[in-house]
Amino acid sequence: MLAFIIKRFVQSIVVMLVVGLIAFVMFRFVGDPVDQMVGLETSIEDRERLRETLGLNAPLPMQYWNFISSAAMGDFGTSYQFKRPVADMLGDRLPATLELALVSAIFALCAGIPMGVFTALYKDSVLTKLFQAISLVGISLPTFLIGILLIYVFSVQLQKLPSFGRGEVVDIAGWSTGLLTVSGLKALILPAITLGLFQMTLIMRLVRSEMMEILRSDFIKFARARGLTPRAVHFGHALKNTMIPVITITGLQLGSIIAFAIITETVFQWPGIGLMFLQAVQDVDVPIMAAYLLMIAFLFVFINLIVDILYVVVDPRIRIEKA
Amino acid sequence: MSDTLLGVKDLVVEFSTRRGILTAVDKVSFDLERGEVLGLVGESGAGKSITGSAIVGLIDPPGRIAAGTVHLAGQRIDNLPSEKMRRIRGDKIGMVFQDPLTSLNPLYTVAKQLVQTILTHKDISKKQARDRAIELLDKVGIPAADLRIDDYPHQFSGGMRQRVVIALALCADPELIIADEPTTALDVSVQSQIVGVLKKMCSEHGASVILITHDMGVIAEAADRVAVLYSGRMAEIGPVRDVIKHPQHPYTKGLMGSIPTITQEGDRLTQIPGSMPRLTDRPPGCAFAPRCEMAMDVCRQNHPEEKDVGTARVACHLMRKEGAVA
Repeated sequence: MLAFIIKRFVQSIVVMLVVGLIAFVMFRFVGDPVDQMVGLETSIEDRERLRETLGLNAPLPMQYWNFISSAAMGDFGTSYQFKRPVADMLGDRLPATLELALVSAIFALCAGIPMGVFTALYKDSVLTKLFQAISLVGISLPTFLIGILLIYVFSVQLQKLPSFGRGEVVDIAGWSTGLLTVSGLKALILPAITLGLFQMTLIMRLVRSEMMEILRSDFIKFARARGLTPRAVHFGHALKNTMIPVITITGLQLGSIIAFAIITETVFQWPGIGLMFLQAVQDVDVPIMAAYLLMIAFLFVFINLIVDILYVVVDPRIRIEKA
Repeated sequence: MSDTLLGVKDLVVEFSTRRGILTAVDKVSFDLERGEVLGLVGESGAGKSITGSAIVGLIDPPGRIAAGTVHLAGQRIDNLPSEKMRRIRGDKIGMVFQDPLTSLNPLYTVAKQLVQTILTHKDISKKQARDRAIELLDKVGIPAADLRIDDYPHQFSGGMRQRVVIALALCADPELIIADEPTTALDVSVQSQIVGVLKKMCSEHGASVILITHDMGVIAEAADRVAVLYSGRMAEIGPVRDVIKHPQHPYTKGLMGSIPTITQEGDRLTQIPGSMPRLTDRPPGCAFAPRCEMAMDVCRQNHPEEKDVGTARVACHLMRKEGAVA
């Protein structure tokens, strides 16, 4: 078990080093950073001095090492546009994105799993047909369209929910949260549904197909032949066996929820890192882009690591083989 | 009342498919005494397993019991609501399935599966249930049962898993055990051990057994009586010794002739020409008529009634005169 975790951990570090290299290459070769930072009237001497202070004259491997080691310590350099440390800017923006992603993931799981189980158990129910219609909408409509539709219905027509922003936020030890105020929660509803709808339908369809497969298996027939209650058969024996693929997909999707919150954040003007990244692209603010790239890569690697460990917890067969 | 435990009368199981209704089991009747072992034999698709599933009420849609009755210890059970039937399954009737590798839930320990089943049917504490589980595993011949009970199914060999499956079927001391091809997926060397365990457990608990198999060797070893099914219909039923030594139905004769024995030296094994008709296009008369060497005109027109012939009941037009077959 420990050896398994260490092995995966080392693999994760290698992946991060490679991503760091890509981010570094982008950082160094997408135009001359000095040109981005200074005006036309800056003298060549001043440019050289800036080059020296930024460490741009050191040999490339040395620069890479500086970049990686400072990134590992949480220093991603200074934003060209805002002249602030990128790490601070990320820190300000991250809580908004993480809260949004977390709430939509919880929404996707809490709605998707029961819907999947229900549609697998009651194949001919009217509700099943309704759920499947919803899932078709969720899987085929693009995110921004769903967001705009929700805004139109709930903000413009019904005027019940805000159409943009985070509402009031409360600061707790440097973490600004919108989960503690009514307006913050209200502001969270529409973006969370928009972001989570696709994941929800994905999870629902996955649970449904896995569950139907498992319900046909011999051990379910044997469990029924032993007279176990339908609840024990469906939720104990069947659901647990469907969880392995669900964990994988949910884990990977959590990464993409955070990474691709960009669109939702834009539609709802949500002050998260996605919106910040989009602005950075417009301004060619390379340090922010590089930091964003590194952070998203780190998230995926980290989530994959957690998913791998969760497998081992759920499935005893892997536990024995790899230990 | 005689000591009849199970009475199956004119059981018909149908499946509605796109190509019309398919009769998988057609008017099958038999009785089972307490403590008796009845073998149910036939080719694949003869309706053996469906008969077993129909008795415990585990026919999945689109299949259904279309006619006939099933009585267990005097109580009619084929039309019970599903919740009542669930309480009978596992409690009064235990089942053992063919493949021990897939019959157990891979994510739960053997202990958890046993204890869960025991607690479903018996009103005892968790500790008592665990003790009983260990005792059951010990009885079915799993060494160091108290240590191995916390293992997962994949940590057991195939034969050991089938013992676990038997222990699971016996959790609540059922009166009837339906063993559906319990040895088919196992090594030949393990097969007779498993049959032995099954027989021993049943005689100790006084349970009756329906042993579904296509292996006549297993039947000869374990069964008291044997019922031969062909294309969903009963061909012949009688005491094992008589059916094996003096089969009456031409199909049973063919079946017995195709089993190799040590004494019959150098002879070619007989084989029955052709194959079983598909259930969708069963001939109008006797289902076996197209393959039967002794088929007469009447065989192709009318389905034969079952008649008592000596100790057996046989469904064949040749049985017109009592016991007289050329």
